Formats: sequence, C-alpha cells, structure tokens
Amino acid sequence: MFLRKIATATAFVGLMGSAAYAANCGPEGQSIRILASDFPAIHAVAGAAETNCGGAAAEFNTNHTTEARSIMNAALTPNPSEYTSVILANSTLTQLMNDGLVRPLNDLVEKYKDSIPPNLLITIDGNVMAVAFMANSQHLFSRKDILEQAGFEGIPATYEEVLEAAEKIRAAGIMEHPIALNLQTGWNLAEVFNMIYLGHGGEFFVPGSAEPSINNEKGVAALEVMKALAEYAHPDHLTHASNETQGLWESGQAALAVMWGSRGAPILDDEGSTEEVTSNTVLSAAPTVGGGSIPSATLWWDGITIASNVSDEEAEATFAALISALTPEMVAANNDDAVWLLEGFQPGPAAAGVAETVKGGAKPYPMIPQIGLLHAALGAELADFLKGDESAEQALADVEAAYRTSAKEAGFLK
Amino acid sequence: MKHRTFFWFILPTLSAMILFIALPIVSVFVQSLFVEHEQVLLVSESCGPFGCSPTTTVDTEATAKLQAEQPLGRFNGLGTYINRSHLAFAEIGEAWANSDSLGDFWAQVYNLPFYSALTFTMAYTFIVTPLVLALGLAIAVGVNNLPRALKGVAIFISLLPFLVTPLVGSLILFWMVDSDGVIGATIQRIFNDPSLSLKASTALTWTMLMVYGVWHTLPFSFITFYAGLQTVPDDTMEAAQIDGATKWQRLIHVIVPHLMPLVSFVTLMLIMDNFRVFEPIVSFKAEAHAQSLSWIIYNDLRESGNPLYASAGATSLITIILAVILMSPVLVRTWRDFTRKSH
Repeated sequence: MFLRKIATATAFVGLMGSAAYAANCGPEGQSIRILASDFPAIHAVAGAAETNCGGAAAEFNTNHTTEARSIMNAALTPNPSEYTSVILANSTLTQLMNDGLVRPLNDLVEKYKDSIPPNLLITIDGNVMAVAFMANSQHLFSRKDILEQAGFEGIPATYEEVLEAAEKIRAAGIMEHPIALNLQTGWNLAEVFNMIYLGHGGEFFVPGSAEPSINNEKGVAALEVMKALAEYAHPDHLTHASNETQGLWESGQAALAVMWGSRGAPILDDEGSTEEVTSNTVLSAAPTVGGGSIPSATLWWDGITIASNVSDEEAEATFAALISALTPEMVAANNDDAVWLLEGFQPGPAAAGVAETVKGGAKPYPMIPQIGLLHAALGAELADFLKGDESAEQALADVEAAYRTSAKEAGFLK
Repeated sequence: MKHRTFFWFILPTLSAMILFIALPIVSVFVQSLFVEHEQVLLVSESCGPFGCSPTTTVDTEATAKLQAEQPLGRFNGLGTYINRSHLAFAEIGEAWANSDSLGDFWAQVYNLPFYSALTFTMAYTFIVTPLVLALGLAIAVGVNNLPRALKGVAIFISLLPFLVTPLVGSLILFWMVDSDGVIGATIQRIFNDPSLSLKASTALTWTMLMVYGVWHTLPFSFITFYAGLQTVPDDTMEAAQIDGATKWQRLIHVIVPHLMPLVSFVTLMLIMDNFRVFEPIVSFKAEAHAQSLSWIIYNDLRESGNPLYASAGATSLITIILAVILMSPVLVRTWRDFTRKSH
C-alpha cells in the first residue's frame, strides 16, 4: 500500500513536472492564496496548480479546511482579501455572490479560453462566475448479493422499488434495517428532502421571488417517502451523516443506501471493508420517485472562483495557476478521486452512479440567494415529523414559518 | 479598605471587564435591533455543466449603496425579539386562542424553536445543578473520611472528568452509547431489545445529556466542597459529638451550615455553566431531540451561510437576562450575608 502511494506520488510529480514547461502562469511574482475544502480531488487540483505555477509566484498558499464554508465570507470581505481564490460548490457560490465577494471572470476566460472547455463555465446573467471541474451527486448503492438472496430481481430504479426490496430483505430475515441514508438533523436531513422533493418535480420558491412554495402535495409526498425509508433505516438515523452511512455500508450492515458519489471510491477500494461487500456493491443512478422521470438527486459541481477584493494581477495569476491544473495528466493521476468534468477522465465503477444520475437529467442544487435560509429551516424543522411528533403538513408549515422569519431578517422578504 | 485604595485596586479588572464584557454586550444589543437591508433581487439565468435554469441574484451594487447609507441595516426595534424564532408573542396569542386544552396549547408552544430550547435548557439546569451539588458534597465527605494513604489517589480519580475537554468527553460517551458501543450494546442485552437506541428516543437522549452533564461538572463541586471541609473547626465538631450528635446530624447541622457560603458560590457557577449547555448537544448529535439556547445562537450564526446576527444577538441577550433572573435568589442571599457581616 505504502509502495503504491509512493509510486503514484512519483508518477504524479513526474507528470506535473513535464506539464510545468507548458503551463501559462500569467503575471509573475504574484501572491496566490487559495481557500478550499478538504478532500482528495481538491488537493489534487490545488497541488497541481502549485507544482505548475508555484515557482512563478512570489507566494503560493493553500488552506484546505472543512470549515471553508463558514470562514470564506469573513475572509474575503477585507480589501485586499485573505485569499485570492475559493474553490467552492453551487450552494457556496451564492453565499459569496450575495455579498459581492467574487468577481466576474469574463475577461480572464477570454484570455485563457484555449485551456477551458466552454461547458465548464458557470454563467449567471451572462457573467462567468466560476469554472467547474468536477461533479458530485447523491445516488443509489446496492448490494446485489443481498437483493438476489431476498428474491429481488435487478437493481431498484425507483424509491417504490427500494422500499419493496427493503421489505423483502427484512421479511427474509437478512437485515432488520437494510436502508442507509444521511438523515442527520440539520443540513443532511434537509438535503434528503431537497432531492426527493426535486424528484417529485417540486419548486422551492414561487418563480422570481423569495416566497417559499414547499407546503404542497409534492412536499407532503416527499416527506411520506422519507418516513417510509426511515422505517427501514437504523434507529439512530437522525444522527447519521456520510461517515456513519459509509461505516454501515463497509461493515455490511446496509444493503440499499443513498449516499454521495464522492463516497464511491472510498467504499470500493480495498480499505475498511471486506471483499464480500466491495465486490457486490453496485453504484447506480439515484432512484426516481412517485412516477417522476428524473433521478431524485441534486447535482453539484466544484469549481474555481476569484475574489473581488484583490488586484487584477493577483487575480490573473491565481486564475492562470488553477486553470493550468485542469489537464488530462492531472485527471489521469487522480482518476478515481472524483467524477471529473475534464478531458481525459475515464469513468470507473466508482463514477457510474453520478454519471447515470447526470444522464438521467437530475436537477442541479438551486443557485438561489435565499436557498441557504430555506435549507437551514428544513434542517431544523423536519426532524419533528420523522420522529412522529407532528404531521407532514404541520412540519412543512413550520418550515415555511421559520424560513419567513429568517428571510425577513436577511431582507429577502418584507 | 478606603474607597480610594479600593478604586485603584479594582481599576485594571474593571477596565478589562468593561472593554471585553460590557462593551461587546452593548454592541450585541445594538446589532440585535437592526435587520439587513432589503435585498435587491434580479431575475436572471444561470448556466453550468448541467444546463441552464432561471434564477435570481442579489444586485450587489444596489445593496452596497444601501449599506453605505445605513451601515447597521434597517432599524427593527425589538421586532427580532418578538418574532417566531424568539419570544413569538403573536404565535403564542394565536395558540392560546386556537387551543381547547392546556395540553394542546403547550404542544403548540413547544413546537416553537425558542420555547422548546428553553424547556430543555431549564430542565437541564434544574436537574443537573442540584444533583451536582448533592453528589459533590457526598463525594467530598466520603473522600475526607478516607485513610490518608488513599486520599491522593481518590482525589485524582474524582477530578479526571474535569480534565477531559467537554467536546472530547461527550464524543467518547457518544460512541460508547452507540448501539455498537460498550454501553449501548449492554443496555440492549439487558433489556433484550436489539432495536433499543439511546439516540432515537427523546427521553433517553435527555437522560444521556444530563448524566453527561453531572459526570462532567461533578469534580468542580467536589473539589470546592473538599477544600471547604478542611476549614470545619474541630472544636465545634467535638462539641457536637459530646452533645451526642450522630454522624448524620453533624453533617446536616454543623458541616452543611458551615459550607453554606461555598454552596452559594458553587450554585452560582453551576447555574451559569448549565444554562449555557452546548457542546454535548453537538457532540451527541442530539439536535433532533434537545436544543439549548446556546445551540440556537450557534445555529443562527452558522447554518444559513450568511449569518443572522440580529437573531443570534437577540437570543444572546435573552439568555443573559434569563441567567440573571435564575441567579438572583442566590445573589440576593449573598448580598444579605455580606451586609449583615459588615455591620
């Protein structure tokens, strides 16, 4: 294992070394300061950028932290800001845009357009605000051996089939709690609602306004599905997030799970689990629900943004360095770490679930300025329903009331 | 002490307290009176790797202009204090009008985030504080009666829970009560119920949090009472013994009255500590079953991306006021003792 890591690292450095000659790093002697989340794919991009352009820059710092989301607004507010770039995702982009802390990239994209495929540009109202490089979404993980043993044919494609399969597994006495879902109270719980609600074709807001529109029959249907799923989930499901569900899966305690695509590679690798689990794990599209045609999931991208409050030279040097990392060589060296949206990506088994979910036409996580407030309200108010303390209608009414209160405070509603 | 000497003596502390405690509280209060400007929303279209969709964005230029004119935001008076996330006067009035029984009314009030958090915070304070006081005294008396050779070890062991960082301590306990953990699995075996989970039931979660709270703060009251026990005068104890008082009577009628000033002090500290209960809720991932006032502040600042300062400020001030009300009986008592002694 250690040897393999060394070998990969050497190959990686070698590839990057050869790429360094070709890299266009923009203005020299600038300071490049990157704030990013802490997972392997982001390390790969930031690391490649440093290898390519760290020499040309006067300073190259990367802060990888799981707290990126909570510090970035404060860090980008002063002028000059603490970081020249934040590597972020759909929901976090709106968080920065709400305060005007990221700059439009149109001129930079024009200058470096040879290195950027146009489908990666995130444009809002004609302005390029970010350049995406990888995708993520929730999707279904199934244990084909257990499904077969319980007498369920194939892989479930709808939530109704997931429930049917779970019932068969329970009835056959194989597992009492075959389903695993990230239902931890707060952000995760709300995200499960979001994906099943989108699967029902729901809209979060009255179009063009900040008025919530989730207290309707689609919202109730989504909650009913969640409750039915929770019946088959571990009794502690309200405390389960990605790490716990991955643990359940790797220890063979779950047979059907909806987890993040980024968990695909760690689950399928040879660490933390048994051959029996990994060889029988099948990754497929997120299930559809309630007769809908699109997978119940939210699509996410991770991408590059440039801070507003830095000099144009620093902005360009940072942009050039990060763009220089988005090469087929970088992808080849880190192929299984992410579902890359870049040239040279070879979708392996770990990427199958996300790829099928994207192909199935799942909706992206909405990039709406006030979505964070609704997401927080959902996370706080839905647990009462799953615990059985209140009706679905009451829970949704509570969510809307909680959202209205905070949206008024934030200035989105009168 | 002369007033002049006293003034110079207290000046460094006083100025630090004004600078780091009083002024921030004033600042938090001022911020809680304002809400953000109306966001100027633009309807637009966003495009990305997954296609295009209509969206809205904040007009940052227009917002920045509003911000420059009124940096604090829009004045909202006490509006934030009485909205649904806080004291919720309107919602409570409505619940009173619409409910046919007291139970129904309470259910509707308990559904409001502030009151459900207040309920847990109060319950936690009123259960953990007396338990810690009583158990702390009991352990102190017990250790005090141990043979000299064992005392050092006993004190060290009794202090251990206090040495563990709250976040880490609760995380360890959280794993132990997991259904795969030592305590969780044992309880399942005792009750012969494989689906029994401490984390899935509100009552058991509350119990778990309170047991943790007692375990973690016990050393503080123990060590304070133990120190106090060393000052109990031998003559008084002997006199009581000669009068024929039993061990129990000596404890109740001699030792406890002697320790009363310490009891007041420990009670004050415990009320303050317990009223701001926070870490165990996060570590135990207990948000679904128990929320505290401090947890609400944390959630307002963190969960929605762009922090809700007014909300967090309002909850902070309400928490401070409630803590002062809770402590006032003890404070009044201490003040009376003080004035009586000085005359």
